[in-house]
Amino acid sequence: MTDKTDFLNGNVACAEGALAAGCRFFAGYPITPSTEVAERMALRLPKVGGVFIQMEDELASAAAIIGGSWAGARTMTATSGPGFSLMMENIGYATFTETPIVIVNVQRGGPSTGQPTMAAQGDMLQCRYGSHGDYSVIALSPSSVQEMYDLTVKAFNLADRFRTPVFLMTDETIGHMREKITLHSNVEIIPRRELKEGELPCAPDENGVPGFGTFGMGHNVHITGLTHNEKGYPATDSAEIHEKLVRRQVRKIEDFRNEIADVDIVNPDAELVFISYGAPTRTVRQLLNDNPDTYGHLNLRIVWPFPDESLLAFKNAKAFIIPEMNLGQIAKEVRQHTNIPIVVVPKLGGALHTPAELLKAVEVAKTVKKPVTEVRL
Amino acid sequence: MKSEIRFSGLGGQGIITAAVILGRAAALYGGKHVVQTQSYGPEARGGASASAVIISDDPIYYPKVTDPDVYAIMSQEAYNKYGSHVKNDAVMLLDPGYVTSRPACRFFEVPATAEAKSQLGKTVFANVIMLGGILEATGIVSYDALEHAVLDSVPKGTEENNKRALAIGQELVRSQL
Amino acid sequence: MNLEDWYRQDRLPHIYCAGCGNGTILNCTLRAVEELDYKKEETTFISGIGCSSRAAGYTSSDSLHTTHGRALAFATGLKLVKPRQHVIVFTGDGDCSAIGGNHFIHACRRNIDITVICMNNNIYGMTGGQGSPCTPYGAISTTTPYGMQEQPFDLCKVAEAAGANYVARWTSFHVKELTEAIRVGLETPGLSFIEVMTQCPTSFGSKNKMRQVTQMLDMFRDNAVLKAKADRDAAKGILPSPEKFVVGQFVRRNNPPLGVEAAK
Repeated sequence: MTDKTDFLNGNVACAEGALAAGCRFFAGYPITPSTEVAERMALRLPKVGGVFIQMEDELASAAAIIGGSWAGARTMTATSGPGFSLMMENIGYATFTETPIVIVNVQRGGPSTGQPTMAAQGDMLQCRYGSHGDYSVIALSPSSVQEMYDLTVKAFNLADRFRTPVFLMTDETIGHMREKITLHSNVEIIPRRELKEGELPCAPDENGVPGFGTFGMGHNVHITGLTHNEKGYPATDSAEIHEKLVRRQVRKIEDFRNEIADVDIVNPDAELVFISYGAPTRTVRQLLNDNPDTYGHLNLRIVWPFPDESLLAFKNAKAFIIPEMNLGQIAKEVRQHTNIPIVVVPKLGGALHTPAELLKAVEVAKTVKKPVTEVRL
Repeated sequence: MKSEIRFSGLGGQGIITAAVILGRAAALYGGKHVVQTQSYGPEARGGASASAVIISDDPIYYPKVTDPDVYAIMSQEAYNKYGSHVKNDAVMLLDPGYVTSRPACRFFEVPATAEAKSQLGKTVFANVIMLGGILEATGIVSYDALEHAVLDSVPKGTEENNKRALAIGQELVRSQL
Repeated sequence: MNLEDWYRQDRLPHIYCAGCGNGTILNCTLRAVEELDYKKEETTFISGIGCSSRAAGYTSSDSLHTTHGRALAFATGLKLVKPRQHVIVFTGDGDCSAIGGNHFIHACRRNIDITVICMNNNIYGMTGGQGSPCTPYGAISTTTPYGMQEQPFDLCKVAEAAGANYVARWTSFHVKELTEAIRVGLETPGLSFIEVMTQCPTSFGSKNKMRQVTQMLDMFRDNAVLKAKADRDAAKGILPSPEKFVVGQFVRRNNPPLGVEAAK
């Protein structure tokens, strides 16, 4: 088999990436602007021995893919803002039961029903913090149709490696635009590690991750969303077990934040440095292309866990300019890791930042002294 | 070399399909860098429809069309929205059956809907006639590339009529050159 | 395997209050599973949240204790990926019909091939006795201190109308009949819904003049009307008195199920 090229939109590319990664179960609920992912999976999964099901809501979609994952399949759902809010309950369940799943959020304008057909990046903090309790997640952000495919594959591998929900935090711009894409005949698959005989189902290995006791394999595991001991049994009264469990689950991801970092670092000697992810990366790259060797750029393909050490690559940085299609959600995270002044460039309403708008932010950044400055476009 | 092409008209005219076919032709059979986008939302349900293609020799970063070089306009409403303030060196193809205004730039009248109905029996071929016209007016892709992309995209059994549609569009523009 | 093998011995004793009927229902379920000679690796128990849902933790095969009301959605995903698994869901009246009501009707509509055992104690037991959609009209609970002012669900009628292939109701008093109904439910392709009226002496009986466990069991025995008798009475135009409820098999049919392994 050879690689195939095609001309696809981002949502379809995401579905193809999932299939290439071996995803064989998809549960979803229609919602703009993510629906093409579900439609493609409905068309393709039965042809590769998989199952597609349209559930009654997004609560059920998230639940069904968790159930499917425990049955041993790579599973995925796709949604957008309001549906993402409904999934928060079972996202918490998946993190606490260490269930590998992939959740695609094709972000649109919020809050509430907001702008169903318009792009946004307003769910980045919800993705990190939206379910109750302390936990950590992995979130990826593609900025091209090719990356919709490649990062979906990567999402499945990370989900299995870390036994955690992984989010593909894309947006309407990337989900709906068409570009040329290479569909690889072979993609790298890193399978989840099956529970070994004699190993306790919730006891961590040297990476802080327990073996996965796939249902129906004779492991006879008990999986619960209650605080549990290493056998998997409820232990809700023990402060010690609870704290150890929560800290271990956070650390198994955060300790690897720089190891799994997936970033582009461009012009590290520059004084004015853009930080972006997703669709705004396209505008930043346009500006860098039109003004060679002028600006630095940190593009994040993995946003969570935040790869803080990559900020250190920009040794001469006088300002970080952060265009986001929200009011500065990742800028807040950057602020926690640096004393270099930050220029926040929010854009709401659905349109992508234009190159001219980023130049306006550059002018502000040239003289910025305050720790955080917002540019009103 | 970079070109921006804007398609606009009414829902059901194949405005988005036309942009996807042109994008596919340039990307898969023309060796170009291409980004195709379209309007979604209430305006894409039944009423107005708009789509765009950027075709470039170099990688395309900013994916949105800003100042198109080529327009294909198939409704007066679309003309009012996109066609009334075009740059002077743009080229516009318009369907005179729907559009009464005429732009300041170079333009071609391509009665795609009427010709599709009279020559091919169905108005569904109008968008491919428009594509034939764009090919003739701009040479933005090769004929072979466009034909490939059309044949990839259309239902089985309609290949011959679609090839004829391309030729009709080419001829309508050629006669005005 | 014998019955004891189906219990996760190192998790016993269970958390159920003295006199609770849930242990009886778990026992009937595991007896039916044992009678059918199911293999552990082919049997999965799934539950939501509440007293009923702790039952999954006491079974010795794979079990998934999920979120409140959502067990049927988890079960749907698991069954579709592994159709060979026998999937049994434990739920309660609040879990199944309040927070999980939508999942309940859709699981029945899909006729997904799982067996649902609903322990209906007319109350939210785990949280201390609040009213549920199955609290009888007029009954006292901590959130209906002046008596329930809403009509309760008839869960069996809901399941039947929504499309379940097998629907039955028994009580924790009718141990033999219940075990048989679960066995038939397990053997019937499609969704099998078995509602079990059960006593919560701690939170329901104590507030509703049935402080003793025996009073509640006597009530089940005295008020349960067999389906055949109820049908005969109805044919004669005899109206059921309000404290009575019908037990027995309401429907067993052969509509196309979901999640059954395709015949090879």
